[in-house]
Amino acid sequence: MSDAETILSLEHLSVSLPKGADRPQALSDVSLSIASNEILCVVGESGSGKSMMANAIMRLLPNEVGIDNGRMLFEGRDLCAASVAEMRQIRGAGIAMIFQEPMTALNPLRTIGDQIAEMFTIHTDLSKAEIGAKVLALLEDVRIPDPKRAAKAYPHELSGGQRQRAMIAMALALDPKLLIADEPTTALDVTTQAQILKLIRDLQQRKKTAVLFITHDFGVVAEIADRVVVMQHGLIVEQGAVAQVLNDPQHAYTRQLIAAVPPLKAPAPRLLSGKNILTISGVSKTYRTGGFLGRGARVTHAVREVSLNLPRGSTLGIVGESGSGKSTLARCIVRLIDPDSGSILLEGKDWAKLSRENVRRETRHIQMVFQDPFASLNPRRKAAELVAQGPIVHGTPRATALAEAKELFALVGLDPSSADRFPHEFSGGQRQRIGLARALALKPDVLIADEPVSALDVSVQAQVLKLLAELRQRLGLSIVFITHDLRVAAQICDLVAVMKDGAVVEQGLAGEVFGNPQHPYTQALLASIPGGDFTRKRDAAGLV
Amino acid sequence: MDAIKRYFRSPAAVAGLLLLLVVIAMAVSAGFLYPRDPLALAGRPLIWPFSNPRFLLGTDNSGRDIAAQIFYGARISLLIGGVATAIAILIGILVGAFAGFYGGWVDNVLMRITEAFQTLPNFVLLLVLVAVFGSTLTTVTIAVGVVSWPAPARLTRAEFLSLRSREFVQAGRTLGMRDIQLILGEILPNALPPVIVYASVVMAVAILLESALAFLRLSDPNVSSWGNLIGLGRDVLRVQWYVSAIPGIAILVTVLAVSLVGQGLNDALNPRLKSR
Repeated sequence: MSDAETILSLEHLSVSLPKGADRPQALSDVSLSIASNEILCVVGESGSGKSMMANAIMRLLPNEVGIDNGRMLFEGRDLCAASVAEMRQIRGAGIAMIFQEPMTALNPLRTIGDQIAEMFTIHTDLSKAEIGAKVLALLEDVRIPDPKRAAKAYPHELSGGQRQRAMIAMALALDPKLLIADEPTTALDVTTQAQILKLIRDLQQRKKTAVLFITHDFGVVAEIADRVVVMQHGLIVEQGAVAQVLNDPQHAYTRQLIAAVPPLKAPAPRLLSGKNILTISGVSKTYRTGGFLGRGARVTHAVREVSLNLPRGSTLGIVGESGSGKSTLARCIVRLIDPDSGSILLEGKDWAKLSRENVRRETRHIQMVFQDPFASLNPRRKAAELVAQGPIVHGTPRATALAEAKELFALVGLDPSSADRFPHEFSGGQRQRIGLARALALKPDVLIADEPVSALDVSVQAQVLKLLAELRQRLGLSIVFITHDLRVAAQICDLVAVMKDGAVVEQGLAGEVFGNPQHPYTQALLASIPGGDFTRKRDAAGLV
Repeated sequence: MDAIKRYFRSPAAVAGLLLLLVVIAMAVSAGFLYPRDPLALAGRPLIWPFSNPRFLLGTDNSGRDIAAQIFYGARISLLIGGVATAIAILIGILVGAFAGFYGGWVDNVLMRITEAFQTLPNFVLLLVLVAVFGSTLTTVTIAVGVVSWPAPARLTRAEFLSLRSREFVQAGRTLGMRDIQLILGEILPNALPPVIVYASVVMAVAILLESALAFLRLSDPNVSSWGNLIGLGRDVLRVQWYVSAIPGIAILVTVLAVSLVGQGLNDALNPRLKSR
């Protein structure tokens, strides 16, 4: 690839942040180059400055953030010095960008075809018929099923994966020299992610485009990259060819990131108790929306006839893609949602049939940890209060509850002296620990964890999972662990149930389900894990 | 604390607060500066301002000191503004919180009632209430409060609708909190900032409503209010225009001060919206 021409090179680029930010510079002294026909992956955790770099290249930085040093040469032209009009010419035609969340990047009021056609009407003077033909050709290129219908569809009528395909079609409309992809698959399900990654790879090879691919996931890097740049705190800590960085990382931070990619194999099975603490049988939940006198009503079977057992002291993983009903099931178990039918037996009591008032009284037996560490803590309460709330509601005197809260802080690995701070003063991982402490404050028998690590960076994920495993051991907790990420499930679960369209398609011991999947859907899920080959090889090497 | 700092960084907000403090100081010092009844005859009628040192702002058509009436009027305006606003916000939060939290038929019923109130012009409703219940200071204040609650109610409802499905509210539910604990302890503190800001608008409108009522001579004639003075000045508006103009300026300044404080609060409590 040495003979390929360089498309974009950043030379000593520095971008300063406004005063009062957590560091003076978003990017400091960043130098890299991308040649045509290669995929350069920029990897880093949240706050590493990788998205800021993409925005700097497009000159789309927020007002108070400025480029204060360095050059960005795009085909020999310095983008730092380009005028606003010149930048408009370059954006879309020279450099195109795709974003993480296609739903917010598309205009909800215009059809997909219209929005792609707009690229041509702005940058070219083709006739309407020619543009129409080009749009169809593009949609075929990105393998949207039924391109003619997709062109007439509005964004909400397409699935997440199809929307991302449409975004890619739009980005590639004018054959840009460089495509910047900012976490384009992070919001997608694993199976869709695998398809989109393959599509980007295919298109890139066919069109010889240079791709700057931003991601936080080393699995994705292993899947798609030619070269890798690793960023931390706005600095490039390491760059090189993908095989070299993955197999022989030089910098400690790179090693740490690669080590944090969870292994695919389940740990050795533990001895499970013969007694079930939680028995779910035949639970269903159906939503009916709209429709007057039964006409045009839509019926969604969110959960259908789910039966599961949770042995005392074990962890049951519920795995599935978005829309599989796993979160609805979790909310049925804690009665945030009332199930339509079925029974949920906890210590002999049927939770599915308890009255509201009894649920409120019994709720300390079963507690929940939520997904979003930013939304699940009331921003106007101090951390200690948040943790003490539960016991206070159930009659513990306030002073006692607050004192116990400090002990819980130590238990979940937080500094008890930080208990007087407000949630926004903690990092994402720390907040999730507060959420965990809040759930544990009521000394529950069963903990329902709804995607507790999905919003966290990989290295923080590993810490929180370790904490959960420790607490399970120490407190004798039984955990229902809901996740979309099979790698996470493999690390902590004794038993796994795979859900699809509201039903459980396969369940069993984690080692068996992951090692020898029976259902085609489970097999597809396992095959779609990004960087699967790399991880398997690494795991094999580690075992020798 | 940050909010207070942000508030004092805005010159307009500080100016508004100073003006409001001046009006409050007038209300407080009225009894001390003008110990006599402001509605008692004090001198010759219709003395122009600044022509007689005894009556700095002149006298009205029955020979009462205008300056004294302005100072005592500040009390009435602030009282009516404050109490009526408190009534309106309280009813508004109550109705909005229940409608937004429970949704379904509770929401339907409460919102239809709110709309019924909103479709009637505020002032016409106020006239009806005063006509039926009489025009003492108490009834006027309550009436102004009662006609002003629909907008705060809708605002509170909107906030509750978006907050009630947040994860921290669900977390509160799984901890076993009662609905009332969720409403008052979890959601309301987060829903309050925009409602507090809107309270300043309600207060400004309440002061204006009372003045308009007094201008029509339908407010309590036994108290010295700015509106009453404007109403009196109506008879001599063409020549002795100052009788109406001076209380008019007082109303303008007070409403302006309240609005500036409200805007300042808005910027201080929602700092992210300010730069847009």
